[in-house]
Amino acid sequence: MLLHIDKVSKTYRRKSGDVCALQDVSLDLDAGEFVAVRGPSGCGKSTLLMTTGGLLGPDSGQILFNGKNPYELSPHARAEFRGRSIGFVFQQFHLVPYLDVLDNVLAPSLAVASTSNGVRDRAHDLVKHFGLMKRSHHVPAELSSGERQRTALARALLNEPQLLLADEPTGNLDGKSADTVLSHLQEFAENGGAVLLVTHDERAVPFADRVIHLCEGRIESNGS
Amino acid sequence: MSVWRLVVREINHRRLNFLLSLLSVTVGVACLIGAQTLLKADRVTTGQLLNDRQAEIEIAVAEKQKAVEKAGKELQDAIRKQMLGLGFNVLILPEDQELSELHLNGTMSATMPEQYVDKLAASKIVTVNHLLPSVTKRIHWDERDREIILVGTRGEVPILHRGMKKPLLAEVAPGKIVLGHEIHKQLELKVNDSVTLNGSDFTVSAVHSERGSVDDVTVWINLAAAQELLGMQNLINAILALECECSGDRISQIRAEIVSILPGTQVVEKYSQALTRAEAREKTKQSAEAALAAEEKAGQKLLTQERSARRQLEDRHAGFAAVLTPLVIFASLLMIGLLTFANTRQRTSEIGILCAIGLTTPKIMFVFLSKAAVTGLIGGLCGVGLGLTTGVLLGGLPSNGITLPDLFATGGLLTTVASAPLLALAMTGIASWVPALYAARRDPAAILQGD
Repeated sequence: MLLHIDKVSKTYRRKSGDVCALQDVSLDLDAGEFVAVRGPSGCGKSTLLMTTGGLLGPDSGQILFNGKNPYELSPHARAEFRGRSIGFVFQQFHLVPYLDVLDNVLAPSLAVASTSNGVRDRAHDLVKHFGLMKRSHHVPAELSSGERQRTALARALLNEPQLLLADEPTGNLDGKSADTVLSHLQEFAENGGAVLLVTHDERAVPFADRVIHLCEGRIESNGS
Repeated sequence: MSVWRLVVREINHRRLNFLLSLLSVTVGVACLIGAQTLLKADRVTTGQLLNDRQAEIEIAVAEKQKAVEKAGKELQDAIRKQMLGLGFNVLILPEDQELSELHLNGTMSATMPEQYVDKLAASKIVTVNHLLPSVTKRIHWDERDREIILVGTRGEVPILHRGMKKPLLAEVAPGKIVLGHEIHKQLELKVNDSVTLNGSDFTVSAVHSERGSVDDVTVWINLAAAQELLGMQNLINAILALECECSGDRISQIRAEIVSILPGTQVVEKYSQALTRAEAREKTKQSAEAALAAEEKAGQKLLTQERSARRQLEDRHAGFAAVLTPLVIFASLLMIGLLTFANTRQRTSEIGILCAIGLTTPKIMFVFLSKAAVTGLIGGLCGVGLGLTTGVLLGGLPSNGITLPDLFATGGLLTTVASAPLLALAMTGIASWVPALYAARRDPAAILQGD
């Protein structure tokens, strides 16, 4: 089991009142599996993703990645764990605006020590793989939404993570671009990686091995 | 991919933020270096100005001294000559000589031994400089049938305990005669004429111009000749003494000194005009010395005023720098801090994704502090250049002929300049630390969820 999420709860403490984002959420994910978590806005999908990615500690329950709880690691070790094992893709792309496509793809090498030639070759391969060769020296502002998301996807894959967490990656994309991105996620899973996709986009359903429905912080159906 | 590449790309992307930060550092460092350069320039300029002024004053005083000495010598010589024309200061007479006879008839009847003059010359008398023994008698010049005053003098008797001085009055040589103005005019005699005086032959060696005194009806011959002519062998009527240095208040001292050596004599002041002139000479000398002292004093006063003015200027600059420099540096720090903070706000999304892809808090801080270091280093170097230029121009160095190496040679400034880029690094580091820490500690989950 690559990922084991066990009764994870998370509540945001706000002045206007507590907001329960996750409530006893349990989920397992194996390597090579593509799981889509669907649900309406505000149902806790992004919180689940952040919690799974080691960015947001749960109030209760535990998350085990390869049997290890990342929240038991030091902040430094947890950051390193994220850099090596997890890739992130977001709806807003979160590309570094002043870096060109190639440098954005190379950005994770800042966190993980690796030989500069090896990582550069891999970045080139990824840029080529995602059809961005002609755009490799363009900054994000000069790219289309689809190209930006493919750049973000290439960046997420640079350090060959075991798990890819995608938060509404098709939210800002047209149908064709969305299909392209979803195809790449599926491809990643088929190559042995695990994908946890949170989305309310129905187009993702055909690409996922399993679809889970989340509503008001609870899993309503574990899918199949 | 390195942090430095990220920093350079970010600087290139957000040029305005970088330029403003650079400007802040440059201004802060320039203010510090400019103030230090200006203060150093003040000190060097002050030193140079005071040295120049001192030299000018010394030259002026030396010139004045030279002029005073020259004028003093000229005056002394002139007075000496005038005194020669005027006669002697004091007259030493036998105690029983009636002064009325001298004043009414211009002649003397009382006598004293000629050896008195030798005795006086051999004494340690300090107030009298020149001695002249003489006989003076009113006689009838038979060959010319007229009354004259005959003065026999043997010339100056050197005072033995002193070095020889140039005699004030030349001796009338034997066989020679010197005529007063009235005599030679009325008798139509001139130099080298031969005359017979009561049976003795003489040649006129000199004729005096008009003096308006008894000298005009006086005839001078050699003392021995006069003594023989008058039947006064080894006797004299008076010793004329010139006291070159004397002034009015010393006449009693001279009297006492002479009478103690030559008992049975009296000392009378002769020709008070001479004393007045001597006093005038003394006064002139004193006045010249006072003028010299005043020149020196004025020079010193000028120097003191200059030093005081320069000190005031330096103090004003130092006070200004003491207030302005910390203020500008503080404002620069604040500006850098605000710009870094604004930069972290602009880079919120970037911070979130850097956290997500595995950058640790120290590494994110390093990203921001690296940019601060680049800003600090470049700004520091620019600030040094700007500060030195400003300091040099404000300090007026080009017009004073002072160069930067002159300033560096005085020490201190070189250390400040050398350490300025490090100071700039520290400035930007300190100012950026809190914003960088704020950026590194931001919750990536909140950022990435678009909170």
